[in-house]
Amino acid sequence: MTKKSSTASADDTPRSQAKLSDIPANGVVSTTTDLLSSQVEIAFDVPALPAETLAEMYRQALLIRQVEEFLLKAAEEGKIGGAMHTAIGHEANAVGAAAALNPDDYLTCTYRGHHHGLAHGMDVGRAIAEVLGRADGFAGGKGGSMHFVAPEHGMMGSNGIVGAQVPHAAGLALASQIRDEGRVAITFFGDGAIFQGVMHETFNMASKWKLPVIFYCENNRYSEMTPTWRTSSVGEFYQFARAYGMESVQIDGNDAEVVHAAVTQAAERARAGEGPTFIEGITYRLAGHMAGDLETYRSAEEIEEQRSHDPVLVLRNRLLERGSSEEEIAKIDAAVEKSVAEAIAFAEASPWPDPAMAYTDVYRT
Amino acid sequence: MSSPNPTISHSVAAPGVRQLTFGQAINEAIAEEMRRDPLIFVVGEDVAEAGTPFKVLLGLVDEFGPERIIDSPISEAGIAGIGVGAAMTGMRPIVDIMFGDFTTLVMDQMVNQAAKIHYMSGGKLKVPMVLRTTMGASRRSAAQHSQSLHAWLSHVPGLKVAIPATPYDAKGLMKAAIRDENPVVIYEDKLSYPIKGPVPEEDYIIPLGVAEVKRTGEDITLVATSSMVYVALSAAEKLAEIGISAEVVDPRTTAPLDAETLIASAKKTSRVIVIDEGYQEYGVTGEMASVIADGAFYWLDAPVKRMGAMHVPIPFSPALEDRTIPTAEQVVEMAKMLCGRN
Ligand SMILES: Cc1ncc(C[n+]2csc(CCOP(=O)(O)OP(=O)(O)O)c2C)c(N)n1
Ligand SMILES: [Mg+2]
Repeated sequence: MTKKSSTASADDTPRSQAKLSDIPANGVVSTTTDLLSSQVEIAFDVPALPAETLAEMYRQALLIRQVEEFLLKAAEEGKIGGAMHTAIGHEANAVGAAAALNPDDYLTCTYRGHHHGLAHGMDVGRAIAEVLGRADGFAGGKGGSMHFVAPEHGMMGSNGIVGAQVPHAAGLALASQIRDEGRVAITFFGDGAIFQGVMHETFNMASKWKLPVIFYCENNRYSEMTPTWRTSSVGEFYQFARAYGMESVQIDGNDAEVVHAAVTQAAERARAGEGPTFIEGITYRLAGHMAGDLETYRSAEEIEEQRSHDPVLVLRNRLLERGSSEEEIAKIDAAVEKSVAEAIAFAEASPWPDPAMAYTDVYRT
Repeated sequence: MSSPNPTISHSVAAPGVRQLTFGQAINEAIAEEMRRDPLIFVVGEDVAEAGTPFKVLLGLVDEFGPERIIDSPISEAGIAGIGVGAAMTGMRPIVDIMFGDFTTLVMDQMVNQAAKIHYMSGGKLKVPMVLRTTMGASRRSAAQHSQSLHAWLSHVPGLKVAIPATPYDAKGLMKAAIRDENPVVIYEDKLSYPIKGPVPEEDYIIPLGVAEVKRTGEDITLVATSSMVYVALSAAEKLAEIGISAEVVDPRTTAPLDAETLIASAKKTSRVIVIDEGYQEYGVTGEMASVIADGAFYWLDAPVKRMGAMHVPIPFSPALEDRTIPTAEQVVEMAKMLCGRN
């Protein structure tokens, strides 16, 4: 594994120069990331994934993208109430991680969690139905967009409270450790969430107790509508975890193959009893914070620039580079389009929940 | 004016049954449950060798080891959240929050997480955890270590809240809390830890949501919780001397609340005082008084009265602190007034 070079961060941000020597030579990887506020160029060996794995990740990423685009449109048309956050631009973080984990591993994430739920095998129709508030939603319409959950796939909930899902993952990992199950818990959170106290409480305990947990920061550079560099005293978030004695790396979160490699190694460490790993996946939200976001806090040019590193595109190009044909990819595209259309039709046909259901599930009996 | 006296012997003491302190009853309940169910573990500050600052958990680490009696850093929100996560897998964590005052630090994990996960997941997930914490003034501990904040979590659907008064209730309610499929918060009155009472050796539970009439009477009902049960029993003794027969009803849990038993007693006696150690304003006394007024309106001969902690931060000096919590003398005065005996 070789490190290449690092370039100074842009003048207008306090992002520090990436000290590549700080990054442990544990094989966790990053490829070039070219982001608005930094140019970190770290090259490690990323094992090339088999063609089928790449194709499956592409299929999932595309499916997530199309579901999100439908939901965004539906929300903008007033068909979905409340705040609906899409993960458009974040897909690689989800599909790369999901492919690297075992089916019985645990996951918690944020309100921006559709991608994780779908990457972890949630039924697409029931997921869309839930966001539409329908009876056939996976939670009968009680959870909605911010509360995706599928325990049968180890997906233990997306959370509306910034940071709150992070200790849950540590608890899931603790349960696995106590029962000696070898199950790993991964938790996804944003760059803004780093500043919640409960995160740091959890980092400390997880590291001290060597919990089999992976802390995955989807750093999209914005805390809701505020650029996070404006509020952070530290330029590189992976450095926080170092203070807790944790393995910690920064990677290109828009490259699913890189994410896969990083999560694979973090999971191996966790299963070997070596404790938690912190992964900072550099990514970018290509849509608003939530549907209807006027996005007065960033420029159209900035977003346009980021489109060149769109994670779905990255996967598609990777397939082509590795010898897939346009025809093969077109087949995947067509299959995804068909399944998303079917899922949407299912969800839209689903009735509203019976009002009496509002009173059920308050207590487990 | 005196603080609630831990040595008060009350009417539930049955002869021939083993006597344990309230603290021992809690310890025994946890130990018995941990022997029965390997999924139970305790996590909190000073819980292992220290056995908590109140010494309630002494000995548990010797039997169950540090893997099941886990000393945590001072990270209340973190351990509550870890408890929630572990409980989602079917483990049964008992999260120990040293002082009830520190439940302010776990509000998100209890209110937005533990309480709602079952509901928001459409019943797919459950959170069978216990949060045990303390309440009660009169220990000269000043404003941040003396509060009874059980109204806060009683307010939230999805949570259950137990506030045992006697050693017998402590053991039975703790066992019920541990076995419950929902998040249950149990508030232990710090001054009650040394109180002795009959506690059977055998396994028993007290279902959550079942009040107990601690003393029967005809003229007035004293609904009292936790340490206030002793205040009410003491007041009832004094009232008996002047010919007023007081019934003492202990709800034992604020959520669920056994409204039926409270209302039945109110209908029988026609007068009610609700006594609780939490702040009176917006407190559990208000809720209970309202439930009783609603359910027994036509049977009442007087407005339902409330007595709670004074609306001040609990002061340090004994001369001040003792004025802030209802006393037996105050209850007697109020009862006499309601019975037209002033
Ligand atoms: C405790 C809490 N504070 C504030 C909010 C409101 N809020 C929702 S999302 C968000 C920004 C979070 O930013 P980040 O963690 O970077 O995640 P992102 O939305 O960028 O994915 C805020 C402040 C919240 N939901 N919870
Ligand atoms: Mg962000």
